[in-house]
This record gives sequence, C-alpha cells and structure tokens, in this order.
Amino acid sequence: MATATRDAYGKALAELGAENQDVVVLDADLSGSTKTAAFAKEFPQRFFNVGIAESDLIGTAAGLAASGKIPFASTFAVFAAGRAYDQIRASVAYPNLNVKIAATHAGLTVGEDGATHQMNEDIALMRALPNMTVVVPADGVEAAAATRAVARHRGPVYLRLGRPAVPDIHDESYVFDLLKAPVLREGEDVALFACGYMVHVTLEAADMLAEQGVSAAVINVHTVKPLDTDTVCRYARRCRRVVTAEEHSIIGGLGGAIAEVLAEEVPAPMVRIGVRDTFGESGKPAALLEKYGLTAKAVFAGAMKLMP
Amino acid sequence: MEDYSKLKAIAGRLRRHIINMVAAANSGHPGGSLSAAEIITALYFKLMNVDVAQPRWPERDIFVLSKGHATPVYYAALAERGFFSPEELTSFRAVNSRLQGHPDREKTPGVDMTTGSLGQGLSAANGMALGAKLDGQHQRWIYVLLGDGELQEGQVWEAAMTAAHYALDNVIAFVDWNGLQIDGEVSRVMNVACIKDKFAAFNWHVQEINGHDFGEIFAAVERAKEAKGRPSVIIARTIKGKGVSFMENQAGWHGKAPGQEQALQALKELEVE
Repeated sequence: MATATRDAYGKALAELGAENQDVVVLDADLSGSTKTAAFAKEFPQRFFNVGIAESDLIGTAAGLAASGKIPFASTFAVFAAGRAYDQIRASVAYPNLNVKIAATHAGLTVGEDGATHQMNEDIALMRALPNMTVVVPADGVEAAAATRAVARHRGPVYLRLGRPAVPDIHDESYVFDLLKAPVLREGEDVALFACGYMVHVTLEAADMLAEQGVSAAVINVHTVKPLDTDTVCRYARRCRRVVTAEEHSIIGGLGGAIAEVLAEEVPAPMVRIGVRDTFGESGKPAALLEKYGLTAKAVFAGAMKLMP
Repeated sequence: MEDYSKLKAIAGRLRRHIINMVAAANSGHPGGSLSAAEIITALYFKLMNVDVAQPRWPERDIFVLSKGHATPVYYAALAERGFFSPEELTSFRAVNSRLQGHPDREKTPGVDMTTGSLGQGLSAANGMALGAKLDGQHQRWIYVLLGDGELQEGQVWEAAMTAAHYALDNVIAFVDWNGLQIDGEVSRVMNVACIKDKFAAFNWHVQEINGHDFGEIFAAVERAKEAKGRPSVIIARTIKGKGVSFMENQAGWHGKAPGQEQALQALKELEVE
C-alpha cells in the first residue's frame, strides 16, 4: 500500500473532528490539496477558509487557540513556514499557543510547480523557534498517528507533510511516540537517520548495503524537535559512522540537528544527504530526486564513503 | 451631559504612570500611549466585563493591543484596575520583569494576547471572536486597538476581510488616529487615507469620533454593539503625546524616553490637568 502523508492527515483530521469538538480547522484556499476538505464537509461550522492570506491564517488560528480551541492550520509548507514565519514566531511560538501548523507539499516532490513551491528550508526555520515541536511523518500510518498525537500535545507543532504517495513502512499496530525515534532496522557498521519521504528510500539503501556486507541501522527520526538525543547518541556510539537523509536542505534540518548533537556528545564521521544549498526546479518528482541526489543510491554511496 | 470627572481623573493617572514608567526604564513609547489614554480608560473602567481575580475567566470581554508598543498605557490601566500592583509598573522593561516591552500573555496578568509585531492583532482578535461564537457566547465583546500607521501592514486588511466575511459583529476595533509614526506624518510616510472609506469598502460598520471624548467613545461603542452582522471600527481622532505640551504632535516622542527634567515638567503639566 502507498499513501500520501497529506491524505492520511486529512482522513485522521476528519475522524478527530468527530471525537473532539474543540478541534477546528483553517485553510487558505488549498483545502482540496491539503486534504482538509474532508473535515470541512463534515464540520462546516468548525472550518474556516481565510482565502489566500497565510498571515491571517496563522493569526486567526492563534486567536482560536487563545480561546481554548485546538486549531489545525493548513496550507503549503512554503506559505506556512516561509510567508507566515513572523506570524508563527510572534503570534504562536512566543505565546506558546496550541496551534498545529499542518503544512503539506513540503520538499522537492512538489514536482512540476518548481522552486517557488518546493520548500526545502522549513525544518530549519521551524526548528529554530523556541516552544516549537517539528514532526515529519514517514508514511500514511505514521501521519495519521502523528495527527492524533499532536492534537493531544499541548503547544505549537509544525507537522510536515508531503504531496506524493509513499510506500507504507508501518502497519496498523504501530504505536507513535512523539518523543521516541523508532529503530526500523538494527545494524552495527553505520547508523542511517532519516525523516519523512527519505525513510523508505533509506530502507532501500540499507538493503543495498547489506548486499555489500555492511550492517546498517535505520532510525526514523519523525520528530526533529525535540530530538530523541538518547537514540541518536546511542546509535552513533554503536555504529561509529552516521548518515542523515532528508527531503530538505542539508543546512539546518535533520542533518544539521544531528550534527549539532553529535559534535558535542559523540563526534563521528558523518555524511548528510539532502538538497545541497540550492533551489529546486520544475520536473517529475522522481527526476528531481535523482538530479538532486535524494535516492537510495546516494544514501548507499554516502555510507560506503565512511567505510574503511 | 453626563459627568465623566472620575474617568478623566483615571486617564490623568494613567498618563502620569506612562511618564514615570518610560522615564524609569529610560525606554518605551510615550506618544502613542498618551494618545490612547481615554480609549483604554473607557475600556477597562466602564466597558469591559473582566474579573481581576480570574484574568482568564472564559466569559470575560477581550482586549487585544495590536499596536503593542503602547504597553505603558496598557499596563497602567491593568494595574489601576487591580490585575497587579501599581508599584510593579516601575519594573517596566527591566530584566526579570513581568512587564515586557510589548504585551506578553504568558507573563502579565490581564493581557489577553501577545502582540508587538505590528499588523497581527486583528487576526488574533478574529480568532477569539470565532471561538466565542462557536461557544455560543454572544454577549462577549472582542476589542482591539490598532495604530493608524499600523494600517500600512497588509495583514490588517487580510483580517479586515476575514472579520467581515465571517460577520464577526462581536469585534469592535479602534484606530488610534494620531497621524504620526516613527518617520513622521503618516500621510507623508505612506498615506493610509481615507481610513473610513477603506473600512467601509471592506464592509465594516464605520464611525469617526474624537478619541479624547468619553461621551463620544461610549456612544460609538453602543452603536457598534447594535450593528448586527458585521464588525465595527471606531476611528478615533487623537493627539499623539496628548497632555504633555512638548510631546503633543511630535513624532520624535514616538519611542523616546524623557530625561529627568522633562519628566518632571510633564508630570507637572499632567497634575494641573
């Protein structure tokens, strides 16, 4: 099965709406794409479309949170984290308001719309904000579980969702713990840390490494902030070599977060796989991932570079 | 004619607090605080239903200071109203103080919304107004105070659309129309005229009053409450620096603290008044 994380979010959100009257949803004219339309159809009185006005989207959500609601505000990642950054900073993160920013169409896999719409810097921007939690689900199962988990969590959350379908990694028995990075595969020679779209890609890379006799651990770092530093340090210590993989710039995202921790706690040779300080361009998602080096082959090559 | 001598006395006290706070901190915004003294007095000492013992009482009326730099007049009113002791006012802008340079709902009792980055308060007020409507609280009023220079922020007009679109008749906005901003006259820096026509075009209920006249403020709020199905704006003509002769209509006093002698002179003038 393959599901887009945005689809799983939209479905979970509509279910959540039936269970919790305090859940309200805001969108900025993209409800068909962000998948909040399902909630809007079921609970029109708790759905607010503000039109193409992302600053107002975040500010209105902040006001709803201040009056005790649990607002989910959705738009594309580039318009949420980018255009409304100061609104998120001053009206949500600083007052520690209970707003869930569920941003879809993150990363290169937006595809044909090109660089203006491909948000590769949002993890870095959101991670730098005090009080903010940053969650990047890897598949539909995790996106649905994360939607419920962030609704229970009190405080601002940035939930990063993708456009394309991704293969299911987890089954329905999966238990999502916001504070714990699950180890998907045990290994001894190299620790592969990935988030979001790159998790299933990294599992493929681990298979390729196994064929070469390299034992790779794969850790799904679904929550980039707060980072599960225990697991990160434990696997860096055990494997002595580290690769990170994310559909995001190598500056300030998952790779940056892990490098910061390891540089102080467990210095280890490291390769970061991600977009290399450049904007994207139009193209099919697969062609873009190939061109910008976000493939299993690239993760495999990064790990092999670290091997003696 | 109703006698507003009590409220006038309170507005005078707020003005003296403003001077003392800004002088003690040697930092802060006296001009746009002095211009709003009557509006803030009218809200906290007559119009708003609040409970100082429970600042987050869920049925209270709400106030959002969108022009967040006017904290001196805001904190002075909250203290005089009893949310905290007026003695605390001298800690304004000092390290470890609950009285931050701009309003912080996490730190200061009575502050309903964190603001300071201009242009964001009306969106938050709309969110609170939507929340009140969802909860069936039709008797709660959400007040917001905007600066006239602040109207240059695009988000204000996004929010103006939202308030009208969702028929938020529980929102009552004031514009502190003092005509000055940091770089000079609003009309020369970036003209926001005609404010009335702009809000009317956004389908708001619009009134223009003298923002230093309690009778006009209360009459306008009464009419605003009667305007069903749309938000209301009260454009209040004011004098920046009102009450202190050398600060009146001087853009230079937007964000500057008076020296010791200037403060004494200002307090003397405010005593006479």
